[in-house]
Amino acid sequence: MASFKPTQIPDLPKLGEKITEDTLYWKNYKAPVQIKEFGAVSNIDFSPVSPHNFAVTAFTRIHIYGPFSQEPVKTFTRFKDTAYCGRFRSDGQLLVAGCEDSVVRLYDVGGKAALRMYKGHTKAVHVADFTTGRYQILTASDDYTCRLWDIPNAVELTAYQEHTDYVRCGVTSKLNRDLFITGSYDHTLRVFDSRTEKSVMTMDHGQPVESLLLYPSEGLLVSAGGRYVKVWDLLKGGQPLVSLKNHHKTVTCLALNSSGQRLLSASLDRHVKVYNTTNYKVVHNFDYAAAILSLGLAPDDESIVVGMTNSILSIKHRKNLEEPKETSKPRRRPSYRVFMKGKNFVPKQDDYFVSKPARQHLAKYDKQLKRFNVSKALDTALEAWLRRKKPEVTVAVIKELDRRGTLKNALAGRDEEQLSRLLCFVIGNFFDTRFTPVLATTAEIVLDIYQCVIGQSAVIDRHLIHLQKLLEKEIYYQKDLMEILGMLDTMFAFSLLRKETAVAGLPECHTAAANVEIFKIVFEQSTCLYT
Amino acid sequence: MVEYGDIRVVYRGGSKINFRKPVISNDSRFLLCASGESVKVFSSVTEECVHELRGHTGQVTGVLLRPSNHLQVYSCSTDGTVRLWDFTDGILVRVKNEKGTFRTLVVKQVCVFVFAELFQLVAVNLPQTPDQLVEARDLSAVLSDVSSNPSTIAFGRGGEYLASVNNLKMEIYFFKKNKSYRFEPFNGGKNTFTCIACHPKDDCVATGHDDGKIRLWRNFKQKKEYTYSTLHWHHSAVSSLCFTPEGTNLLSGGVESVLVQWRYNQENQKDFLPRLGAAITHVTVSPDGALFSTSHSDNKITIIQSCVKVSAVIQGLVKGENVTTGLLVDPRSKALVLNGRPGHLQFYSLQRDKLLFHLDIVQQEYIHEAGLEQFEVVRAAFDASGLWLATVEERKQKSAELELNLKLWSFDEQTQSFVLNTTVSAPHEARITAMCFSQAADSQTTTLVSASRDGHFKAWQLGLPAHTDGTQEYEGPSWSCDFVGAYHGLVPRCCCFSADGSLLAVGFQEVVTVWNPTSWELLTTLSQPPGDVRNLCFGQLSCSKYLLGSNNKKMVCCWNLLTCSLEWSTSMDVSLLLVDSRSENMAAFCCQDGSTDLFVFKPSEPRPLFSQKAVCSGRVIHAVFTPREVMLESSEESSQWLNRSQLYFLTEFMDLLTFSTKAEEEKLMASSKQLVIDDTVAMTPFYLLLGKHRHEHLGNEESAERTPLPQSSVAIKELLQTPAHVLPATSFLCSMFAKSLLISVTETSRRVGHRFNLNNSDSDSNSSFRFRFFEDMTCFTRAS
Repeated sequence: MASFKPTQIPDLPKLGEKITEDTLYWKNYKAPVQIKEFGAVSNIDFSPVSPHNFAVTAFTRIHIYGPFSQEPVKTFTRFKDTAYCGRFRSDGQLLVAGCEDSVVRLYDVGGKAALRMYKGHTKAVHVADFTTGRYQILTASDDYTCRLWDIPNAVELTAYQEHTDYVRCGVTSKLNRDLFITGSYDHTLRVFDSRTEKSVMTMDHGQPVESLLLYPSEGLLVSAGGRYVKVWDLLKGGQPLVSLKNHHKTVTCLALNSSGQRLLSASLDRHVKVYNTTNYKVVHNFDYAAAILSLGLAPDDESIVVGMTNSILSIKHRKNLEEPKETSKPRRRPSYRVFMKGKNFVPKQDDYFVSKPARQHLAKYDKQLKRFNVSKALDTALEAWLRRKKPEVTVAVIKELDRRGTLKNALAGRDEEQLSRLLCFVIGNFFDTRFTPVLATTAEIVLDIYQCVIGQSAVIDRHLIHLQKLLEKEIYYQKDLMEILGMLDTMFAFSLLRKETAVAGLPECHTAAANVEIFKIVFEQSTCLYT
Repeated sequence: MVEYGDIRVVYRGGSKINFRKPVISNDSRFLLCASGESVKVFSSVTEECVHELRGHTGQVTGVLLRPSNHLQVYSCSTDGTVRLWDFTDGILVRVKNEKGTFRTLVVKQVCVFVFAELFQLVAVNLPQTPDQLVEARDLSAVLSDVSSNPSTIAFGRGGEYLASVNNLKMEIYFFKKNKSYRFEPFNGGKNTFTCIACHPKDDCVATGHDDGKIRLWRNFKQKKEYTYSTLHWHHSAVSSLCFTPEGTNLLSGGVESVLVQWRYNQENQKDFLPRLGAAITHVTVSPDGALFSTSHSDNKITIIQSCVKVSAVIQGLVKGENVTTGLLVDPRSKALVLNGRPGHLQFYSLQRDKLLFHLDIVQQEYIHEAGLEQFEVVRAAFDASGLWLATVEERKQKSAELELNLKLWSFDEQTQSFVLNTTVSAPHEARITAMCFSQAADSQTTTLVSASRDGHFKAWQLGLPAHTDGTQEYEGPSWSCDFVGAYHGLVPRCCCFSADGSLLAVGFQEVVTVWNPTSWELLTTLSQPPGDVRNLCFGQLSCSKYLLGSNNKKMVCCWNLLTCSLEWSTSMDVSLLLVDSRSENMAAFCCQDGSTDLFVFKPSEPRPLFSQKAVCSGRVIHAVFTPREVMLESSEESSQWLNRSQLYFLTEFMDLLTFSTKAEEEKLMASSKQLVIDDTVAMTPFYLLLGKHRHEHLGNEESAERTPLPQSSVAIKELLQTPAHVLPATSFLCSMFAKSLLISVTETSRRVGHRFNLNNSDSDSNSSFRFRFFEDMTCFTRAS
C-alpha cells in the first residue's frame, strides 16, 4: 500500500527583480527627505571631515546641510549670478565656488563674506576645486581655459588653453598635488601637470564630457558624457577599458561608494545606476522623479543625496541596522521531562524491536483530498490566511482538483458567501501570470454552473462585473503590448537589413542613427505602459 | 525461433504474471502463477522466483493445485496439454495430450475441467495409468456457452454444484441432480456479470457486476424463488471476488485498486486496503486463509497478510499500451529503463530478469478512474555518466491546452537514487519530439537539447550555483535555457550529439542542420532527397566522421562531415536506426510486408556485418544496445558484433526480444544449476524462542554423522540382506567374515606397485590371483 502523495505546491519563480546582496544593500535606505531649493541643484559636495556636512549648489546660493538636518546650517548667498561647483577643501575649512559672472569666490566655512575673489576668467566658471597641496585652486571655465590660482595672494599661477570648447568638469589628484584632469565639451579629457606647460595625456571620450571621477588608487579614471560612461586606464597611457551604455539620456554625474566596489552614475533619464566595478554590470537601479543633475554619497554610504532639475534635493538616509525588532515571546513548550520520557531507554540484547512507522503528516486540504471530499478540500484551501498569504497553495489545490476531474463538483453547490469568497480570490489573482491558466478555467466553470442564478445576488453580480472590467482592461493592455512588439519586430528587421547593405559599402550612419531614435521612442512608450 | 548460424532471437524476460489467477500453496510458502509459456513458482516471503516450470509450448492459461496432493499442480495451455507438476522441486509428472486448445482450468477431485475452444466447459476424466503421457479421451461437456474468463466460473460448497455467469445470465449446475438452472434476472443496463465466487460452507453465490455492485444469491435450488442482496461500494466494475476458506470474509477488487474485505453476514462492516498501485484483476486466498494475493493490471502480484497488511510485492516488467520513452539504458546500473506505471519510470535488470525499482516522475496521487487524462512520462534521457536524467511528462486535456513538464534529476550518491533538481513547466509550446544529452563524458558542462513540434529546439544547461546570502537557503545549481534554435519554421523531429559532444545534428523535416554547441552557430545544412528525416545518428569511434540519417521515403543516407557531402545512400525503408556506443556498429531495422529485417553494418564498409530476414513479425518499435558486463570472445565473423553489447528490441506486440549466440547459451546452461533454495522460515517470536534449540540439535546430529562408519564390504551386505534360512552355516560364514575384515593385500600391493612403478610382473600375477579368489568367494555366497 503506497502512502498518499500530497499535493505538489509548485515552486514557481518569483516575478520581478532577483534579490541579490546588492539589492538588499541599496534598498536598505529610508524614504527620501525632499527639500525644495531655489533652482536646479547643480552640485553636491560632502565635507571630508566629520560631521560630514554637505554643500548644495543651487541657483545663486550654496547651502550647507548637516548630516541629519533638514534645514541648512549655513547659507552663502552673495553671488551675483548662478553659482557653480561649491567644494570643500580637504580640511573642511574652506569652500570654493565658481559663478556665472566668471569670478571664483573662496569662503571660510564659518564666515559669511568671501575671503578672496579670483578674477581672470572671461566666462562662467563651472569647475573650481582645491589641489591636494591645499594652497592652490583649480578652475575651469567656458572661456576654454583652466587656471591654477594661489590661494593667499589670489594670483593666477598658470593658464592652460588647450581645450577647444567649454570645460565643464575637472578633478584633482588626491595623491599628487600637481596633477589634475579636465573634461570638456570638445569631447576630450586632458591630464595636466602643473610643472609642465602642456597637457601630459589626452583621451577622446566621443561625447561632450559632463563628469569625471578618479578611483582612490588613481589608476583608473571614469568619465561621463552623452549616454556613455567610460573607464580609462591611466597607467596604460589612457587606454579605454570599458564603455558602458546603460542610460538612455546624458549621464550627468558620477560617484563611488565608500568601499570603492560600486560605481554610481546619475543621468537625465531620472535613474541612478549602480555598477559592480569588477565586471561593470548594473547591480541596482534607483528611480527619481525628475532629471538628475547632481549626486553625492556620504562617507560609509550613510546617505545618498540627489539634486534634480525641478530644484528638489532628495536625501536618503541609511536604515539603522541595530533597530530592535519586536520579537514575539517564544512559544511555551512542554517541559523537558515530558520530552525525555523513554528517550534514555537502552534496549537489551534479546529485545525484539517493533518498529513504529512514521506517521505521515498531511495538510488539511490533503486530508480532505485523500478522502475524496472535493468541496471540503476547496473550502480548506480557501481559508482566509491561506488565500492571502499563500495563493500558490490555493491555486495548486484547484489545479489538483482539475486534474482529478472533480473541479466542477467542488465548485458547484456553493452559497452566496462561499461563492463571493471564491470570486474574490479569482479576481485578486487572475492576472498573476503564474495562476492565470488555472484561474481562467475556474472562472469559466463558475460561470457555467451559476449562470442560471445570475441576478439573484447583488454581491455576486458586483464581483462578476468587476471581473469583466478587469478582463477588458487586460485585453486592451495585451493588445497594446502586441502592437509594440510588432513595432519592435519591424524595427529589428529593418536595422538588420540596413546592416547588411552597410556592409555592402553604403554610408548608412544616418539611417542607423534614425533607427536608434525611433527605437528609443518605442522603448519609452513601452516603459510608460509597463509603469 | 529463427535460426541464423549460431545467432538466434530469444524472448527475454518480462512476461505477464497477471494473466491468470495465481495459486498459493497449502503451506502459504509458494505462489504459482502462469507466466508466458511457463509456470513460475515464487517464494511468498522473499519475492524471489524459486523455480520455473517449463514444458508447455503455448501460453499457459491456467494453474491449479491438485486437490488430492497438495504438492502437485495442474497447468493447462493453449498447446492442448494439461500437465501435472511437482512444484516443490520443479519436476514434470504427467502430460496429458488433448486435441484443441485449452483456455482455462478448473479442478474438482479426480476430474479436471477445462474450457475448450468453443466456450464449453468440458470434464476430463484422467485415466489412472502410470505412463508419462496420457491421451485423454474421456470427455464430457458439462456446460456450454461459458465466458472465456475463468473468474466467471466457480464450484459451490464441497463441489456440489458449479456456477457460471456470462453477460446477463447465470447458470448453476448440480452434479447430483445432473440438472442446471438458468437465471436471467436483469434486462440489461450495467448489470452485466463480471465475476463469481461461491461460499465454501454455505449455499451462497456472490457475483460482481459491471456497475460496481456485488450481489449475494441464496436459495437458488429452485428456478423461481431465488433471493439476492446487494452490496455496493465499488464505483466501477468489480473484477474479482473471492471468499476466504472458512467463508467468513468476502474479498473484492476492481479498477479503484482498493481491496475490500466484507464480513459475511455483516455486510456493513468492511475493511479497505487502498492505493495498491493499479487496478486489481484477480484476488486469491491461500488454502489456509493466511495470505491473500491480488494481481494488478501493471503486471504485479501483491501478497497481503490476512490482517490486511501488504507483506510482499512481486513485480514484473510493466508494459503498457505504448512505450513512449523508448528503451534506454541507465549507464550506471546497466538497467533497461522505460515508462512503466502511469507517471513512473521503471528500471529493469536484464541480467536478473527482475524489476529493480520504479522512479516516481510525476509525484502526484494517481486517481483510478476510467476516462481521466493522466500525466504520462513521454520522454526520458540519460547523460553519458548517468549523473543526470531528464524526463518529460505531459497531459493532454480535451479542452485545455497541453500540459508539459521537463524535469531534471540528479543522481544522489548517498541515497543511490535520482533526486529532482529542476522542474521546467511548459518548456515548449507543443509536444517534445526528441531529447538528448551531450554525449561527452569528460566535459565540464552537460547540455540537454529538446526538440519540439512548435518548430524550436532548446538547449538547456546547468547554471551556476544560485547566489547565496545570509537570508536565503543555499540552492544548488539548476538548469536553465541556454539557446533557442529554429530553422525556417520547420518542425524538428530528431536530434543527436556527436560522440565527443562537439556537434549537434537536428533534423528539421527534410533538412539536417549541424550546429556548434559551444557558440550555437549553424555550421552547415545537409539536405537529402525529399522525405522527412526520421532517424539521425553519428558514427562512433573510427567512423565518427559520418552522420547517418533515414527518412520516410525509404532512403538511408550517410554524410561525410569532413567534406559535408553525401558519402553513400541506399534505398531501404528503415524504421529504426541506432548506434552501438561501444563499437562502430550500427543497426537498422527495416519493416517489410509484416515482418522486420535487421542489418548490422559499419558506416565505412559497404557490406553489412550481419543481416537477418524476418527477425520477428510486426514492426520493431524500439531497440537499444546494452553494454555487456563481460565481453564475449567470439571469433566468428557474423557474431562478433555481439561481443561488446547486446541488442534488445521491442516489437509492436510488446515482446522484448534479443539475440543470443550459441556460446552464450552454453555458458548460461552451465551456470544455471538447479539450486535448492532454502526457504527459511520467517523470524517469528516463536522461532526466536525455539530456533536456537533446533540449531543446537542440528549441530549435534551433524557431529554424530561425522564419525566414520565402518566400510561396508559386499560380503557384510550380503550377509545382512540375505534371509537367514537360505544362509550357509555360520561356521562357514565366520571365516569369510573374518577375512573380509582383513586389509586386502591387493590394495597394499597396488599401492606398493604404484610406488615402485610396477615392474615386478610376479607380484602382479600374484595379486590378480588373489583378486580372482575373492571374486569366486562372492560368487559362491550369491549362489548359495
